[in-house]
Amino acid sequence: MQMLNSTVGRKILMSISGQGMVLFAIVHMMGNSSIFVGPNGINAYAQHLHDLGPLVWVFRLVMLAFLLVHLTFGIMLTLENNAANPTGYAVNKKIKATFSSETMIWTGLTLLAFIIYHILHFTARVTPGVVKGVDALGRYDVFTMVTSAFHNAGTALIYVVAMAALFLHLSHGIQSFFQTLGWNNDKTQPGITMAGKAVSFVLLAGYVLIPVSILAGILTK
Amino acid sequence: MILDGKCPTGPIEKTWDKHRFDLKLVNPANKRKYKVIVVGTGLAGGAAAASLGELGYQVEAFCYQDSPRRAHSIAAQGGRNAAKNYPNDGDSIYRLFYDTIKGGDFRAREADVWRLAQVSNNIIDQCVAQGVPFARDYAGYLDNRSFGGAQVSRTFYARGQTGQQLLLGAYSALARQIKAGTVKMFPRTEMLDLIVVDGEAKGITIRDLVTGEVRAHVADAVVLCTGGYVNVFYLSTNAMGCSVTAAWKAHKKGAFFANPCYTQIHPTCIPQSGDHQSKLTLMSESLRNDGRCWAPKKQGDNRKPGDIPEEDRDYYLERKYPSFGNLAPRDIASRAAKEQCDDNRGVGPGGRGVYLDFAASIKRLGEHTIRERYGNLFEMYEKITDENAYKQPMRIYPAPHYSMGGLWVDYNCMSNIPGLFVLGEANFSVHGANRLGASALMQGLADGYFVIPYTIGGYLAQTKPGAVSVDHAECKRSVEEVNGNIKKLFSIKGKKTVSELYRALGKVMWENVGMARSDASLKTALKEIPKLRDEFWNNVNVSGEGGDFNQQLENAGRLADFLEFAELLSKDALHREESCGGHFRVEHQMPDGEAQRDDVNFCYAAAWESKGVGNEPELHKEPLKFENVHLAIRSYK
Amino acid sequence: MNLTLHVWRQKGPNAPGKLETYDAHNVSPDQSFLEMLDEVNEGLIRKGVEPIAFDHDCREGICGMCSQVINGVPHGGQDRTTVCQLHMRSFKDGDNIFIEPWRATAFPIVKDLVVDRGNLDVIIQAGGYTSCHTGGIADGNALLIPKPEADYAMDAAECIGCGACVAGCPNGSAMLFTSAKVAQLAVLPQGKAEAAARVNNMTEALKDCGFGNCTNHYECQASCPKGINVKFIAKLNREYLKAIAS
Repeated sequence: MQMLNSTVGRKILMSISGQGMVLFAIVHMMGNSSIFVGPNGINAYAQHLHDLGPLVWVFRLVMLAFLLVHLTFGIMLTLENNAANPTGYAVNKKIKATFSSETMIWTGLTLLAFIIYHILHFTARVTPGVVKGVDALGRYDVFTMVTSAFHNAGTALIYVVAMAALFLHLSHGIQSFFQTLGWNNDKTQPGITMAGKAVSFVLLAGYVLIPVSILAGILTK
Repeated sequence: MILDGKCPTGPIEKTWDKHRFDLKLVNPANKRKYKVIVVGTGLAGGAAAASLGELGYQVEAFCYQDSPRRAHSIAAQGGRNAAKNYPNDGDSIYRLFYDTIKGGDFRAREADVWRLAQVSNNIIDQCVAQGVPFARDYAGYLDNRSFGGAQVSRTFYARGQTGQQLLLGAYSALARQIKAGTVKMFPRTEMLDLIVVDGEAKGITIRDLVTGEVRAHVADAVVLCTGGYVNVFYLSTNAMGCSVTAAWKAHKKGAFFANPCYTQIHPTCIPQSGDHQSKLTLMSESLRNDGRCWAPKKQGDNRKPGDIPEEDRDYYLERKYPSFGNLAPRDIASRAAKEQCDDNRGVGPGGRGVYLDFAASIKRLGEHTIRERYGNLFEMYEKITDENAYKQPMRIYPAPHYSMGGLWVDYNCMSNIPGLFVLGEANFSVHGANRLGASALMQGLADGYFVIPYTIGGYLAQTKPGAVSVDHAECKRSVEEVNGNIKKLFSIKGKKTVSELYRALGKVMWENVGMARSDASLKTALKEIPKLRDEFWNNVNVSGEGGDFNQQLENAGRLADFLEFAELLSKDALHREESCGGHFRVEHQMPDGEAQRDDVNFCYAAAWESKGVGNEPELHKEPLKFENVHLAIRSYK
Repeated sequence: MNLTLHVWRQKGPNAPGKLETYDAHNVSPDQSFLEMLDEVNEGLIRKGVEPIAFDHDCREGICGMCSQVINGVPHGGQDRTTVCQLHMRSFKDGDNIFIEPWRATAFPIVKDLVVDRGNLDVIIQAGGYTSCHTGGIADGNALLIPKPEADYAMDAAECIGCGACVAGCPNGSAMLFTSAKVAQLAVLPQGKAEAAARVNNMTEALKDCGFGNCTNHYECQASCPKGINVKFIAKLNREYLKAIAS
């Protein structure tokens, strides 16, 4: 309980929940990439996940818990930090703080909106125009759902913008996790920062490749 | 009057132990009934407030800075002495005692110095326990280095920031007591009067520097730890806020001021770069190990140092003191630099500087070695002067650094006013006429941690706690007086700013009462100072209002006190017809330029009693007896 | 050189403040920044204008009293340099210079450029010490502290408590200041006994004083005139986790 009130405790909860979601994002991206194998790849992958049954729900609840913890403390910390430094300087100059570190709340809220949309779009499949169907083997036809969705440039753009926000969020967030847990020192920190940015970039590229290649007509039925 | 320091008698090794046993004690339950005021939170004040609070006294501590952690003890660089003999090089309490007496040119009390040497070892232990990160070797043992005036390595250090680390140690002990509620801290307050009731010190009057409120605080004893007074020279290595004010107010209330003419001028400081200069920065004395001091041979030689050939350079220290060369003692080195500049052979802006040249050492040892030894100093020098001392010689000039004189105290660190204790640089006790490097930190902490906790009990045990309240007529009178003084400063509305007048005083003091003093120069100073004082009181411009944060007013008040104190310092220098340590009278020197003491006539501490501004102060003498160390010519040859 | 200064003027803690413009004429490149302000103040006094109030004391970069944000950066942004050690040669003729006080809720303005940093003392009072008594201490060499540990402690202990880390931090957090003390005492054997209580109490005090939370901007390290490294914050975090586990 002490952790919930402590400034360091909450920071640690932020970082662990955030990192849990990063791990999910990595696995999710690798799974998604099975789309490049064709309908057989991604539809089989989806079916495989489905077959896990209750485990999927356990996983979803854990992710939801991470999200809620991350969101709640993220907003609380931001409000407190704004209160601790309400007036800026006439000249605003930062030496070490980055665009990504200063915009965490905005990229974070963007991602929240995106996650809601994304779940409605591809998980609940309730957004208008979404293509629901089964493939020849009776599996959910995820491939067709995705490719038809991304033929719409507007939809693809939403996904690209969201992934840009993810990139910014994680290029600060990943290295921040190591600092917050103290798994670094002054010698390793620059390397960790680089690695964090690299992972963020791989996620950006991996996720964006799907809508972009569909839109560009490289990935088609 | 012949003063008595009340030193214990008998074999010197037993004096402090015997005295501690003889001192009366206050029982633990009664301690909390006594209130003690501590003014200043440097090494002495911070250590005293923390230790007294821990003993159970109610302590109120005051400092003018915004936090007790900023007292000027923080600026000490080199280190702190202790007779631990860790390097097994022959050190002992006796040797530290001997070196300090000799270094002080035989003008300090033996018993006080003995005690300092004895407790020096406890202080190291204390600081280590507080978490002071002293330098260590790879095996984990404390490291030592050598310092001036000693042939053993007894100096403990924390990089070039020993003072900072020791002060933060004392500050942390103080913070712990503030948290425990035994010490109440009043930062941003300045003591402007001492409250004396029936001849005993019972409180102080302070000005809250934020609100401007003037109020009295009463206590059963007052401990002044308010540092030194070399800012009387305007430019010094002291912090801007260092002043004589607290000590001077106590002096005007009856406390004797002892040996004000003993001031230390440090030879290696960065010279003044122009009239805008507000303070001088010290460069560690250790630089003279590898640097050679020189000045051009020709007067007014404006060539760049690199263009001056070897035959046109005067390596004056090597020439004048062939055996000691560039490692001549501080006072000699300082005076020699001044001589070169007075002869119109100085270098840099205004011709007030000499070169400290590392070229030969760099050639011999390589730049890498020099960088390793003094890198941080070269960096600091470049920051201030924009000159690269690896490529061209440093310019250095002496600057006022420390005051050995101070309020007179007896062996208990109590002034002649009962209940008024004075610790650290503010008192006159242990350094005689010259202080050795790494001894100031030692004294501050010794007084605060290991002297006052015992000796204050001896006084308090004989007094009734809480005898005076803030409603006492003396308190009211004191507050009125301070308020009246402030009003007077505002009412002058003259033409000159405080700093203009302050610079003028500094010039008079530096030129006439600085490194070399003569009968004529001192008499000139004694003519000029009252004139400046009159001008101040008739023509100073102090802007703003009293009930506010007003730095002009603070400075004006401090300058007003310096303008009175400067006269006493000059008088003391004029009366002391001998040269000793930091006090050099040109009339009294050996053929080789060394100071010539007069032990027959001047082997005493001169304690001055105030008789009011403009009146002749009365001299009281405390004869100094040397029973363990024989009076001898101080020579390091 | 001649400069135009834009200086924050504010009569008192609750008075409104604003930037006032002053000219600084004939500034010598050898002057320190504070000496330049001294001269501007002399001019103001002669004109009957109240001089600019600013904190300063030792003027050699160690007391931590000076505290100005110059052109948006605490202490002017030169590497390992306090305002008092900043020299005018780093400015050009005709420059506009903005001078503002430390800004943070936990540092209320006293007047003009002077702020109240008492909250830093409160953090230290919460546990920035070892609870040793005066006297009765074992020999200094009884505890062996190998050089690397002593050096690490010293790196942390170099903090001068000026508050630039707070002034620079977008969150107004004093985490670097707090961590420097926590790390110094946590690495030394004499500080280990109280390490768990210390990290909890000091970070608790930090929050109670109204400082913000650390979100790893690292602007504190960039602002610090002593170059205190954010690795000490990582150390504080480790100490916190250890305290939770114990």
